[in-house]
Amino acid sequence: MGIFAKIKNALKKTKDAIAYRLNKLFTGGVLNDEFYDELETILLSADIGSETTESILNELKKVIDKKHITDPGRVRDELKAIMRGILDFELPEEEYPLVILVAGVNGVGKTTSIGKLARNYKKAGKSVTIVAADTFRAAAADQLTVWADRAGVRIVRQNEGADAAAVVYDALQSAKSKGTQVTIIDTAGRLHNKVNLMEELKKIDRVIDREFPEAMRLNYIVLDATTGQNALSQVDLFNEAIDIDGIILTKLDGTAKGGVVLAIAGEEEVPVVYIGVGEGIDDLEPFDINDFVNEIVDGD
Amino acid sequence: MGVFSGLGDKLKHVFSKISNRGKLDEYEIKQAMREIRIALLEADVNYNVVKDFVAKVSERANGEEITKSVTPGQQVIKIVNDELVELMGAKNSKLEVASKPPTVIMMCGLQGAGKTTMCGKLGALLKKQGKKPLLVACDIYRPAAINQLKVVGKNVSVEVFEMGTQNPRKIAEHAVKHAESKGFDTVIIDTAGRLHINDDLMKELEDIKKAVKPTEILLTVDAMTGQDAVTVATTFNNRLDITGVILTKLDGDTRGGAALSIRAVTGKPIKFCGTGEKAGDIEPFYPDRMANRILGMGDIVSLVEKAQEAMDEETMRKMEKRVKDATFTLDDFLIQFESLKKMGGISEVMQMLPGMGRFNLSEKDIDEKRIEKFKAIISSMTKKEREHPEIVKSSRRKRISSGSGTTIQDVNQLLKQFEQTRDLMKKMKNNKGRLPF
Repeated sequence: MGIFAKIKNALKKTKDAIAYRLNKLFTGGVLNDEFYDELETILLSADIGSETTESILNELKKVIDKKHITDPGRVRDELKAIMRGILDFELPEEEYPLVILVAGVNGVGKTTSIGKLARNYKKAGKSVTIVAADTFRAAAADQLTVWADRAGVRIVRQNEGADAAAVVYDALQSAKSKGTQVTIIDTAGRLHNKVNLMEELKKIDRVIDREFPEAMRLNYIVLDATTGQNALSQVDLFNEAIDIDGIILTKLDGTAKGGVVLAIAGEEEVPVVYIGVGEGIDDLEPFDINDFVNEIVDGD
Repeated sequence: MGVFSGLGDKLKHVFSKISNRGKLDEYEIKQAMREIRIALLEADVNYNVVKDFVAKVSERANGEEITKSVTPGQQVIKIVNDELVELMGAKNSKLEVASKPPTVIMMCGLQGAGKTTMCGKLGALLKKQGKKPLLVACDIYRPAAINQLKVVGKNVSVEVFEMGTQNPRKIAEHAVKHAESKGFDTVIIDTAGRLHINDDLMKELEDIKKAVKPTEILLTVDAMTGQDAVTVATTFNNRLDITGVILTKLDGDTRGGAALSIRAVTGKPIKFCGTGEKAGDIEPFYPDRMANRILGMGDIVSLVEKAQEAMDEETMRKMEKRVKDATFTLDDFLIQFESLKKMGGISEVMQMLPGMGRFNLSEKDIDEKRIEKFKAIISSMTKKEREHPEIVKSSRRKRISSGSGTTIQDVNQLLKQFEQTRDLMKKMKNNKGRLPF
């Protein structure tokens, strides 16, 4: 494996590998085919995906042409502006009662994100109930109970193996009678290509609509920032099943920067709403487009 | 449907202009390499790995003689495929065994990769091989992680060792002593998920390693991981000198380029794959299948192998002959159903076909209960009826339906489907005479 030794060296500064290469590209050289080729490769290796990379490049070329830019240094800001444009969505004003359904594939951090989300609403003075509708994974409800205690909110749970939609049904009845403002539902991790499991999720979605029509609905998908192009398929199929309103992008405290959400915003038109940046209860932040784009392009 | 889509089509396009010149042309190779580069990046293979890989393929492709029977596009795909398979190493699902028991296996990886679930699967696998494994709960951080391992252990009837949330190194040491005194031959240590850049937690793993000297240190990686897989694998390998990799969640529709990246930068073998949520959903790693998957060629090899396992050569040949002679009967139809079932059911078979993983087959289309019904109906027929289904008219239909506990509509449906299948087979006869799955 000798030929890969140089990769290992390059990885010493990996946290900013993308930004490092972009920086090199923007300081020197001319705006020729090689420049665009290198830019394309860098964007692809930030998990941005070929379709969105292509549209970013086309847009960039147009702008460069229109503004008669010849200095690569000026490309940086134009690139950032285009990325910001892709990620810019208007989010709906939240109303109460609010029911948030949280879904996603296995291991992305749904339960942890819900703990943090509950804490945020609690801190904002709302009454919160979280619902343990992951009745499949071993000890999932136990895990959620620990988070409920940490956040200081109520939890509704039943036995492992119980019907998830029935748990949700019961929880909604009690939320209605108690006048709970925010109900957050944890669901079992499921791979988006498993038909039966996606049907179960649709059923939960229908139960909420039917049992709590007066509540505002938000359906979130949790994505692991480490995920590559498969995230597109995840959002596509979850969106098809339950109409996704937003993304919670987790594990951004690692070395991955979650570039795939650019592809998702471009191709699926689903906005990022929150980002997860650690294992502590306060490590969930509202998504900030500027910060996110700066982090990818500038590395800070 | 997207069968053989992506790279295959693009390469066909690149080479469409050249007829048989006998050699791959430099310009076209350059174009082809661009397509290959994009395809691999789209499959989440790391950028640096792709660059080196494409250089290697390009070198081999330049001036290579084209075999007469294939198109230049196919030729290039073959080169790419060969190189991919080679780079991914040999099939290697054997776990090393310590010269003096117990053999210690330490699991490690990022959060959510699937370590705890995989511990259960490994435990079940070892038990099936006649070993006596012990699971050890060293994830003291994630809420309810210990409980999860206990439930997982209980489900596969493997003992779980836990000592609450004290120092993981101490837990591991005590577990090994416990295994020695109680006659466990394999100790599987479940550690907490951690970020590779968290120095304290990485040091904790180094401490455990120093204390219990594992024979195997297995890095568990989510098959859906993107470009970052290389960073993660390199860091874990640098700090722990891992002995192998386990790829999880391969039952999804990811192309799984991370497998190639990790193998390339660490040089360590991929030992197992996780392919589902049940304890038995663990498989050896097949480099050739992974290559197909990354290239988007579907898991055709697996499919063929499974088909062969499910139906022995002889039956297969007999049936092919019957198809050829158009003497295909309801008995053959039944054999087909049964082999489909042995292959893991229709839905699993469909998912292995190129392009199908991405499509949601509705359960209606592939209703396995209906097949059970068909089986019952065929079993209620006489030998003559099975061989000559055309004689099954209304009174026979009535008898068969009541004999099999089904309705006349069910019987009609079966006969119709049989007819359709037979017609389809007659058409296929001109191709290769293979069965329609």
